[in-house]
Amino acid sequence: MIGLTEVYALAGAMFAAFALFSVRDRSNPKRFGNGAFWALLAVSFLFGSHLGDVANGVLVVILILLGGTGAMGRGSVERTSPEERARRAERRGNALFVPALLIPLIAVVGTFTLGRIRLDGAPLADPSEVTLVALALGIVMALIVALGQAKAPPQAALDEGRRLADMIGWALVLPQLLASLGAVFALAGVGTAVGHIATTWLPLGRPFAAVLVYCVGMALFTMVMGNAFAAFPVMTAAIGVPLIVQRFGGDPAIMGAIGMLSGFCGTLVTPMAANFNIVPAVLLELPDRNAVIKVQIPTAIALLACNIVLMAVLVFRY
Amino acid sequence: MNLWPLLAIAVLVVGFAAGLNPLIVILITALTAGVAAGIAPLHVLAALGRAFNSTRYVSLIWLILPVIGLLEHEGLRERARTLIGRMRAATAGRIILIYLALRQITAALGLTSLGGPAQMVRPIVAPMAEGAAESRLGTLSERMRHVVRAYAASADNVGAFFGEDIFIAISSILLIKGFLAQSGYHIAPFRLSVWAIPTALLAFAIHGVRLWRLDAKLRRMVREERP
Repeated sequence: MIGLTEVYALAGAMFAAFALFSVRDRSNPKRFGNGAFWALLAVSFLFGSHLGDVANGVLVVILILLGGTGAMGRGSVERTSPEERARRAERRGNALFVPALLIPLIAVVGTFTLGRIRLDGAPLADPSEVTLVALALGIVMALIVALGQAKAPPQAALDEGRRLADMIGWALVLPQLLASLGAVFALAGVGTAVGHIATTWLPLGRPFAAVLVYCVGMALFTMVMGNAFAAFPVMTAAIGVPLIVQRFGGDPAIMGAIGMLSGFCGTLVTPMAANFNIVPAVLLELPDRNAVIKVQIPTAIALLACNIVLMAVLVFRY
Repeated sequence: MNLWPLLAIAVLVVGFAAGLNPLIVILITALTAGVAAGIAPLHVLAALGRAFNSTRYVSLIWLILPVIGLLEHEGLRERARTLIGRMRAATAGRIILIYLALRQITAALGLTSLGGPAQMVRPIVAPMAEGAAESRLGTLSERMRHVVRAYAASADNVGAFFGEDIFIAISSILLIKGFLAQSGYHIAPFRLSVWAIPTALLAFAIHGVRLWRLDAKLRRMVREERP
């Protein structure tokens, strides 16, 4: 059965190759920093489950110090000029899109089918992890097709991937680290403390005030945690259920649905949601790390106002 | 009630606002939260390590780098640009608007993995939007290029966030259902999906209008930069 362990092993092998190619990139003045960073990530993906919590913690701290103190750099030269790439693109035509579109196609089809395929009675893919297994399968198939089209060896693809990884740099582990910080927050009781403050210090005597504090609280708390999923249980237990539903007789389904979407308005404007806001800025080579957030701020504010009005109008009516 | 862990939020906000390296900010914030809650630093370290190990799936998307790198080497982005540059009705705003609609509809059908910044925005959507803007306005300045790219990334987020909650089996719907069930309210996922639709429509309207006005914004930037 193919599950997360196998997909992690694939990722670990990829990062190990990145480490090797990074160290060999003489155009990067900090090539050993990059090499060490990717090597540690490879160790985490290959052996993380056998290391123990403290060893994993030490690994995380070294990753943070390598990435956070400027020990990583980038190679200088792009291997091909824009003119050269334009010539290749002209020759290859729209066939270039095939592998790129194959990835989402296989990921989606695989999500719905892989869990049902059985070999000797056991499912081919772990049904609980089928989305990630299907994504990995889509990527591998697309890579095979792309290598065949380009008549290139696998090392070429790994080195191109390494070039992109060096460009993204430490931001590559930012989403995973922020998710880990969320776990530490939960352990330390940060959420409970926020809920306590919201209920004791804010005026919640009228239905509209409760809706207002709940929706704005979802957005603000999501901004802090970087994730509406972390904010939802706290705000709903503190304000949503006891006040909106129990005291003022609101509908729990409407409260839950619009409450979560108010949290998503917060996700649009926080650097804590790095995989949505910071990583795209890095990937698109924007000099301002917060450029995507700045574009999203007006939409987020207008939509949060809409959510407050929608909930106030609908939640006590149905 | 121990309110000291809130200090960690202050550290986080100040650290990000001061422009310190986010990785360092995360480490200091985690230590602050742990110590303020009376947890020994070694236990905080272990908790961080355990959490990092169990959230490795977050980083699996990077498996895509070799294939995207290879395709870009072969000219994928240049191809996307020329393909759209030839379409006369295409503008940057319209392309991103169409992508917003597609992203939101597919997310509502549960197909969130169809989009994403690494899969679609960098290799395809952003180059197409840049290509369309270039064929209308001539060579773009770096500043205008960055505006177009940031809007392309924003459409990916808005479409995914406010489309996915219409799909009944998405994790956020299941979280709402699970949490309300613990509080004694048993709700069918379908009811939650239905009440996500008004916000979804408003999200498309609000961000759609802003994308519609992107072309005018780009023309204004051209006039400012090339008087």
